[in-house]
Amino acid sequence: MTTLPRTQASIDAASRQRNATIRNTLLTLLTYLLAFIFFFPILWMFLAAFKTEQQAFQTPPVFFFTPILDNFSTALLRYGPALKNSLVAALGSTVLAFVLGLPAAFALAVYPTARAKAVLNWMLSTKFMPAVGVIVPLFLLFKNLHLLDTLPGLIIMYTTMNLPLVVWMMHSYMTEIPFAIYEAAKVDGASVGTEFFGIALPLALPGVSATALLAIIFAWNEVFFALNLTSSDAAPLSVFIGSFKTSEGLFWAQLSAAAVLTVFPVMLFGWIAQRQLVRGLSFGAVK
Amino acid sequence: MTAVPITASAPKPKGGFKLTPAALIWPALLYLIMTTQVPFFMTIYYSFFRYNLVDPVNRPFVGFANYAGLLTDPDNLRVLGNSAVLTVGTLVLTLLLGGGLAMLLHRNFVGRAFLRTILMSSFLVMPVVTAVIWKNMLLNPVFGFLSWLVTSLGGTPIDFLANHAMGSIVAMVTWEWTPFAMLILLTGLQSLPDDQIEAARLDGASPLQEFRYVVLPHWMQALEVVVLLETINVLQVYGEIYGSTSGGPGVATTNLPYFIYQKAFAEYNIGVASAAGVITVVLTNILAIYLLRMMSKNVSSGGH
Repeated sequence: MTTLPRTQASIDAASRQRNATIRNTLLTLLTYLLAFIFFFPILWMFLAAFKTEQQAFQTPPVFFFTPILDNFSTALLRYGPALKNSLVAALGSTVLAFVLGLPAAFALAVYPTARAKAVLNWMLSTKFMPAVGVIVPLFLLFKNLHLLDTLPGLIIMYTTMNLPLVVWMMHSYMTEIPFAIYEAAKVDGASVGTEFFGIALPLALPGVSATALLAIIFAWNEVFFALNLTSSDAAPLSVFIGSFKTSEGLFWAQLSAAAVLTVFPVMLFGWIAQRQLVRGLSFGAVK
Repeated sequence: MTAVPITASAPKPKGGFKLTPAALIWPALLYLIMTTQVPFFMTIYYSFFRYNLVDPVNRPFVGFANYAGLLTDPDNLRVLGNSAVLTVGTLVLTLLLGGGLAMLLHRNFVGRAFLRTILMSSFLVMPVVTAVIWKNMLLNPVFGFLSWLVTSLGGTPIDFLANHAMGSIVAMVTWEWTPFAMLILLTGLQSLPDDQIEAARLDGASPLQEFRYVVLPHWMQALEVVVLLETINVLQVYGEIYGSTSGGPGVATTNLPYFIYQKAFAEYNIGVASAAGVITVVLTNILAIYLLRMMSKNVSSGGH
């Protein structure tokens, strides 16, 4: 290589550089194209929400049209109760998961015993329990306890779903707090309660908000318990959208408006919490 | 020394109420035991009875008859096969697509953060919404967008959900889970120090060698996380099937969760549904343990 004349080498380098630039541009274009294809179903749904029913149906598809808002006002009439149920179930279960999970995460992080690791792993393993492994007795229990089709019933199961996540995430955030801070507090005679409310909780607050966003997203999008434990009074958005499955091909614009109202609140949350999403989805294994 | 009271290291009892660390863990533990372990043991119990809610009084103990029935009926074996096809198919496709997208996003270009945001969106869509939107607006043989696309490219319209039902479900689930693979694999790539790549290039490594010997070993942990969590989650796919094919045509797209839903809530057959639930839990846990083992072995041997 070094025996090549200098001029030849620089020409080579220049053409290599040019090839790399071309290749890079093509790869960037490919990325844009793939992103468009992946986003298309969402975009198509979004557009249909602003069309008339006739336009939504039309073949060839309509790309340019005068947007209307009628579908949203129609969808909102039925959307209201389901939205309220989804909000209460998602927020209620997130709060309960934190009330139960934060103290546990704190104790496991600041007072780790020999069994702490085993306890954490066991909690994670409950996520490997498929919902179908518990649904039959739960259904019968809920029926006897009059919890079927009620929001407390839904909150109970969503808390189960999110509790391991909260414990794992908050444990990981609380172990990042320098241990010296706790030591200093202990020397000053701080109680466990003071350590929790005075040190751990305020310092792990960014972790609390990130984890809460995740828990809300998961509870909001949950389908299995919602469909099998509620029917009307407590039916959240997943059941509401599911009710459109029989109206095959009839009200695409209305369906799209309802779907947009269902999807976009959590999509916004997800976009905001991108970084934490990766950490939460992998239970802290990938940061 | 002994005369000096050393109470600072131990939590001081305050006014009769003592908050111990163990007392902080038990509520969460008890809650999870009550809502996962207790119902699971009840599922095991029910699985040994012939128990139908239509006739709840007549409930004879039948031993392993429910299991035997499940594991010998060819239709039920197809349900197991469907679960396997759906899981393996989705896993392979999401790893290829998600890995490719992660590598594409792991470059410097204008709009990178924006594209990452756009590309992760499908993961945030509720499964039932995915199902009804795909079923009606994309896959409908007459009015669907894909049918129009196929026709305008000179093909004949395809009734995807009737003729390629499992393929359609795999496509939907892949659409939802590709961002998951992409995000985790991208984060894995980004933690690879640039100087390792530089060093490999200076040593004259080809792009393929660079991938095989530098990128891949570093990527292992992220790949393992994707394989494990996706396997467990895709085995539980329910909303996508509920909202589109309802398990059909026939049993073509009935997977384990959908089968159990049908047995329990359409036929009220608590015994058989419970037995199928137990089989699902056992299968999932065998897979999870096997995958975790495989991974911890790779982590310890992949150090160099």
